[in-house]
Amino acid sequence: MSLLEVNDLRVTFSTPDGDVTAVNNLNFSLEAGQTLGIVGESGSGKSQTAFSLMGLLAKNGRTGGEALFEGKQILNLSEKDLNSIRAEKISMIFQDPMTSLNPYMKVGTQLMEVLMLHKGMGKEEAFGASVRMLDAVKMPEARKRMDMYPHEFSGGMRQRVMIAMALLCRPKLLIADEPTTALDVTVQAQIMELLNDLKRDFNTAIIMITHDLGVVAGICDKVLVMYAGQTMEYGTTDEIFYKPSHPYTIGLLESIPTLKTEGEVLPTIQGNPPNLLNLPAGCPFQERCSHVMDSCREHIPKLKNFENGRRRACFWAASEHTAEGASL
Amino acid sequence: MLNFVIRRFAIAVPTLLVLITISFFLMQAAPGSPFTGERSLPPEILKNIEAKYHMDKPLYQQYFMYLGNLAKGDLGPSFKYRDYTVNDLLSQSFPVSLKIGSVAFLFTVLVGVTIGTTAALKQNTFLDYIIMALAMTGVVLPSFVIAPLLVLIFAITLQWLPAGGWQGGGWHFMVLPVVAMAIMYMASIARIQRSSMIEVLNSNYIRTARAKGLPWKTIILRHAMRPSLLPVVSYLGPAFVGIITGSVVVETVFGLPGIGQHFVNGALNRDYSLVLGLTIIIGTLTILFTAIVDILYAVIDPKIRYQ
Repeated sequence: MSLLEVNDLRVTFSTPDGDVTAVNNLNFSLEAGQTLGIVGESGSGKSQTAFSLMGLLAKNGRTGGEALFEGKQILNLSEKDLNSIRAEKISMIFQDPMTSLNPYMKVGTQLMEVLMLHKGMGKEEAFGASVRMLDAVKMPEARKRMDMYPHEFSGGMRQRVMIAMALLCRPKLLIADEPTTALDVTVQAQIMELLNDLKRDFNTAIIMITHDLGVVAGICDKVLVMYAGQTMEYGTTDEIFYKPSHPYTIGLLESIPTLKTEGEVLPTIQGNPPNLLNLPAGCPFQERCSHVMDSCREHIPKLKNFENGRRRACFWAASEHTAEGASL
Repeated sequence: MLNFVIRRFAIAVPTLLVLITISFFLMQAAPGSPFTGERSLPPEILKNIEAKYHMDKPLYQQYFMYLGNLAKGDLGPSFKYRDYTVNDLLSQSFPVSLKIGSVAFLFTVLVGVTIGTTAALKQNTFLDYIIMALAMTGVVLPSFVIAPLLVLIFAITLQWLPAGGWQGGGWHFMVLPVVAMAIMYMASIARIQRSSMIEVLNSNYIRTARAKGLPWKTIILRHAMRPSLLPVVSYLGPAFVGIITGSVVVETVFGLPGIGQHFVNGALNRDYSLVLGLTIIIGTLTILFTAIVDILYAVIDPKIRYQ
């Protein structure tokens, strides 16, 4: 049994202009200790996927499909049932460490309350465990920091606090929603190294949500490429990086700057993601795709298995693949 | 923190001095004097009276004499109420205003914050709309409309409470004046609290608290309440002073022996010492409450504390 199995996950928001489907029939699975990267542009539904798993969607959001955590459905649970999973089994770190900690409470109190609530610890025990966890995220002078307020920490330090807070109860799954986006590049590297170490030490499965493919390459076992709420391609990190088959994935990889590209114009994917309220018929990526064909404008390409467990939704890639296969 | 408090109160002294100076000279600059009436006094008598109140001396001398007496706690004799000093007048009336004002203030804050929070938690439900409609009504209705209405309903029609009077300040004499004074400020506080609570509940750190699996009640009380009170706290200073001073109408309607009566009469009679005495009291209260608000702010917000 997988740790997490997501089948046909849908997230829909009702707005005055009609229903918006932010996440459309998402499927993936995650084993204990594995890391899955979810990649895509802003508005592709990555974060909403994470929020739906934690029951943190905005009030006008609804979920459909199923998400089985240790075989148990976790979508549409009551607030009480959710609270027994949150932080205890699944925890989350957020994009913006500057605003994600309560500025009016001591960092120590914010850490300790998690342990006192979920583990029934007393104050002293919770204090000790929190200090040890701050040590584990390589926070210097951890004991002293417990008594400080968030504004006395730098962005990177706050993200370390968030990570420590998320790991306090040794959850089986950590959802990291763009944990390095708001940080300096050097601090980003430190945080990624820390997550890699923690993943090994605590054997925590991670869902890494990011738009930074460098982050994915560094930590992920599997990658899910999302576009307009739909899966474009899904496979192991090596496969996605060395043999990308979907035009969108290829475009994303081409637009990573490398040391060799000095002086040249960086390739980009032209255009903008479609409006979710008004998706075109057919493939959502058609307007920006350099390989668009007639069938792309008429039918939505189905997500199909090819090779061992890899999946993609593309007519062009599929036809090329068969052509290649035939020529062999 | 102690440093902060001491510094905060040290600023109060010069502020008060500036206030006294400006009010002193403004009063004197206004045309007329306490002794000008429809029938002008014979010059000899006027001279005698002016000598008694030291008004024959140059203005700067009068000013320093006033300050000297003030330092001894003496606000001087009333110019209009013979046989009374300003200390007498204020020591009779101020406690009444203070008592009723403080009760009204506590009532305002407790009820205002509670219903504001309730409305925020039930945002966009029927209950929220009802509370906000009532609050809107409370904000727009002036106390000279509310006070007589309360008398009409609770004193005359239902006969539950007295229509006025003080009689040593029994609680049933205080209910209607307190409600009449509190309603407007209560409504404002409810509106402020509602919007600030809604804003706090949408903030990222509340999302973090939810992700930690904290029960909703803990999130509200431990994580959201304190920050949501900040805008309310900054409104408390003006509200307290407003309740105490703005009670002129309410005190008149209910016939209460507070300082409200002296406000109007003091100004009309050019009772220099009485008006100055009132100014000093209100000024001190304002400064005191602004300082308390600043300290409360520092208690709530750690970022202010350490600067």
